[in-house]
Amino acid sequence: MKKLSMTFGPFGGQHVPEVLLPALGELEEAFLASREDLSFAEEMTHLLRDYVGRPSPLYFASRITESLGGAKVYLKREDLNHTGAHKINNVLGQALLAKRMGKKRVIAETGAGMHGVATATAAALFGLECTVYMGEEDVRRQAPNVARMKLLGAEVIPVTSGTRTLADAVDEAIAAWVGEAGKSFYLLGSVVGPHPYPLMVREFQKIIGEEAKAQILEKERRLPDRVVACVGGGSNAMGLFHAFVEHPEVALVGVEAAGKGVDSEFHAATLTKGKPGVLHGSYSYVLYDENGEVQPAYSISAGLDYPGVGPEHSHLAETGRASYVSATDDEAVDAFLRTCRLEGIIPALESSHALAHVYRTAGSLPKDSIVLANLSGRGDKDMDTILSLLQGK
Amino acid sequence: MKTSMYFGPFGGQYVPETLVPALDELEKAYLASLEDPSFSAEMAPLLRDYVGRPSPLYFAPRITESLGGAKVYLKREDLNHTGAHKINNALGQVLLARRMGKRRIIAETGAGMHGVATATAAALFGLECVVYMGEEDVHRQAANVARMDLLGAKVVSVMSGTRTLKDAVNEAIRDWVTTVEDSFYVIGSVMGPHPYPLMVRDFQKIIGEEAKAQILEKEGRLPDQVVACVGGGSNAMGIFHAFVEHPEVALVGVEAAGRGVETGLHAATISAGKPGVLHGSYSYVLYDGDGQIQPAHSISAGLDYPGVGPEHSHLAETGRASYVSATDDEAVEAFRRTCRLEGIIPALESSHALAHVYRSAGSLPKDTIVLVNLSGRGDKDMDTILSLQSKEEQS
Amino acid sequence: MKSLSSAFEGKKALVTYIAAGDPDLDTTAYLLKLLDTEGVDVLEVGIPFSDPLADGPVIQQASQRALAGGATLKKILGMLKDLRNEISAPRVLMGYMNSVIAYGQEKFAADAAGAGVSGVIIPDLPFHQGEKLASLLREQGVDFILMVTPNTPAERLRGICERASGFLYCVSRLGVTGESGTAGASPKEYIDRIRSHTSLPLALGFGVGTPEKAALAAEAADGVVVGSALISLLEPCGTDRELLRSKAVPFLRSLREAVGRTRR
Repeated sequence: MKKLSMTFGPFGGQHVPEVLLPALGELEEAFLASREDLSFAEEMTHLLRDYVGRPSPLYFASRITESLGGAKVYLKREDLNHTGAHKINNVLGQALLAKRMGKKRVIAETGAGMHGVATATAAALFGLECTVYMGEEDVRRQAPNVARMKLLGAEVIPVTSGTRTLADAVDEAIAAWVGEAGKSFYLLGSVVGPHPYPLMVREFQKIIGEEAKAQILEKERRLPDRVVACVGGGSNAMGLFHAFVEHPEVALVGVEAAGKGVDSEFHAATLTKGKPGVLHGSYSYVLYDENGEVQPAYSISAGLDYPGVGPEHSHLAETGRASYVSATDDEAVDAFLRTCRLEGIIPALESSHALAHVYRTAGSLPKDSIVLANLSGRGDKDMDTILSLLQGK
Repeated sequence: MKTSMYFGPFGGQYVPETLVPALDELEKAYLASLEDPSFSAEMAPLLRDYVGRPSPLYFAPRITESLGGAKVYLKREDLNHTGAHKINNALGQVLLARRMGKRRIIAETGAGMHGVATATAAALFGLECVVYMGEEDVHRQAANVARMDLLGAKVVSVMSGTRTLKDAVNEAIRDWVTTVEDSFYVIGSVMGPHPYPLMVRDFQKIIGEEAKAQILEKEGRLPDQVVACVGGGSNAMGIFHAFVEHPEVALVGVEAAGRGVETGLHAATISAGKPGVLHGSYSYVLYDGDGQIQPAHSISAGLDYPGVGPEHSHLAETGRASYVSATDDEAVEAFRRTCRLEGIIPALESSHALAHVYRSAGSLPKDTIVLVNLSGRGDKDMDTILSLQSKEEQS
Repeated sequence: MKSLSSAFEGKKALVTYIAAGDPDLDTTAYLLKLLDTEGVDVLEVGIPFSDPLADGPVIQQASQRALAGGATLKKILGMLKDLRNEISAPRVLMGYMNSVIAYGQEKFAADAAGAGVSGVIIPDLPFHQGEKLASLLREQGVDFILMVTPNTPAERLRGICERASGFLYCVSRLGVTGESGTAGASPKEYIDRIRSHTSLPLALGFGVGTPEKAALAAEAADGVVVGSALISLLEPCGTDRELLRSKAVPFLRSLREAVGRTRR
């Protein structure tokens, strides 16, 4: 069996304690085997269709388009997936892999709780034990997601180190995994971490772009001019981009969270403002200070609130194949509200960053151009944030 | 063309005279839409690309295994845009409203799901939207109120009567009586005066049509039993309709028994009510000896209604469908089991249908097929479940 | 006791509505006698219902007070029966269909007749839905009074007029009972349109709450119905007879004056 490349250009790799290398090797092997195993694909296809609800629609947003007066805007509706976001595509794939590897338990980290809920969901479905690490601060802020995970049978462990948020939860989850020498299955939520995770997660998410490509060809008989997705760790973006990477005529745009502005200290625009470094097992762009200390990221959207980014994005950025821009909290909130009013769709605050870019730019594109945005999740989870914001004003 | 106003003796138009011309106009527009290919040409892409239809038919392996009896399939209406079957109907009616040239949409809502679906459809078509909601429900369902607000709808808190769903319907009708010339009343279930019960069923029947094709593809035969929860009864009529003419398929509606039918605190209209008139149609209703409508009770706000659609009354009287009930406790237990077994958080409404399956499917032969309508997702019910949990922990 | 149509003979009729049992049935009996004495021509007696969807807030609340006071259709019919020889103005029961269904349609028709009731109005029972009740009432000599609204099309208006008896209740505008609602065309235009279809007396109601409005209505119609305004006026008096009388009498007289005593 052919080994996979561990890197994307200079990025990626396995910057992990020695004790985890066997587990990563075992994982890579199992992943490679699954790709050649028809029954794995069959089981995935069945679950993606009947359990997740795929294919997710590609929706022509007529009122957004009309209001902008420029490009035709299409939305890839990952918000309609089971559990409300693209996360489930990856989680199901990894959990199925875990089951086939004979693992009894999965470990995951979570920020706002969406990846945790998705993981707990898949674990329930396959009857696996599930332990989710979550920063204590996030446990407090995201009580409904904590409750969801518990209902789904997962154990939620509040992490009290550091800033008590996502980066610390990742540290703690990795430490736990190291502590048991990789006996459980570590279920990573984005295209980050050591090889083979960035590759594997992208492979489980690439169905988004494959479907979107077929759907836009059916609707418009041509590829889109631009594909837009928000980027935190970057899994929904890689999922959508992958099918278009080899079509240079399709511009790929990743939208990072500019928080209170990229020139303030409060943002999560890793590719825009970070430097290459090592975080959570891979070499990629990272937000860190001159001493190499990782800086806390900030975004109104918990899912983008991460000081790293997947190595493949770093590669796409350096080669110029994709461009990375950013949108502030205010722009994202405005995009959130506009999308509610115009289309009757409540988008996730993460996805609202991608939409913000569309609102900002699609109006000045020619009328026959096509912009395809990934609506990576629904915004029900963000209601509290939006409400307290609106009440504050 | 005219259609019958009745299902057997049930249905009709028990409304103020002011509404009769509006109902006639609606019936005409509705019947015309059935013959108008441009209407379905607009509905079909919306159902596919906006709502996400067809919703999957999911074989629930772990529920099936845990029961050791019939094979259990779930019709996944919880995956629809806005999280429940309600959007099928709201979109249909709002599209009709736009074609009729109405500028303003009125709706009632209990837990807020129909209100959110209607506000969604109104936003999509750029129409003004007013949603009536009992004051009690406005407090209990603050998140849905916020959703409607974000979608641009105006939520009116109803202070009359018991300040719950039935009073919201009264108030919506009062609004409509006053604004009938430019407003369209989007009723959320298979209730109300003709043509609503018929029209709402027709907008919802896609559930059963899809499920029928899906089960035939998967199993090569029809199911033995189709199960759905019944409040007003739109998700149940939606899934039943395609199977009504197949007598070999048992149809089971599950009403909310609340704290138990014998306690009086329930919403089991067919099980414990009598024929009467509520909100414009003749059907089973919960009322006292003097005809006063009795408040319903259910842990599930969407089932908490003292009436039921007239077609259900007819199916009950003719024996074509049977109606059973599940208590609050049984529904909560079914909710929890479904979370653990399948990683699916079902709506508390749908949990009533699941409760019946957990109760009965284990004793059916292994080659039988039970098809359940998972009419909505349970995210909206998290608060209810959590406060229940904290009460349990305290006691 | 006068027949319903005779109440409109020789003068413009003043029709009043009060909710039976608001706040108790003794007070209602007292008020009905008072209204009769003060020259009201037709007495509408409301049957309280938990879900009065054609009524505005004033009558909704009156219904709630009556229900809280224990009023039932059975007791209301008993009260009317007791009063039957003490009141000369014809009495009309107004209530919702579920009250009648719960009571039993046959029994309701018989007992209404037995209680001296001349007519019945059911606002949620349009004629195409009410043929059974209409014929049961007819057999008992009780009129089934139908409503017409400003948006009733001509064809339907003909249908209503063919079936109507007693008088025709002309709803003044689109809306519920009480003050709010969308004003329709001028009363005269509206009433003239209806009159071309029927020789029955025409009573105009909904939102006629002041002597000025009553006078305007009476110029066009044969009678004027006042409900919510009267209930609002009397509500603060509770069961205090003297207070009720002192509030009701001047209002009724000003209405009586406004509606006029002249031949139509």
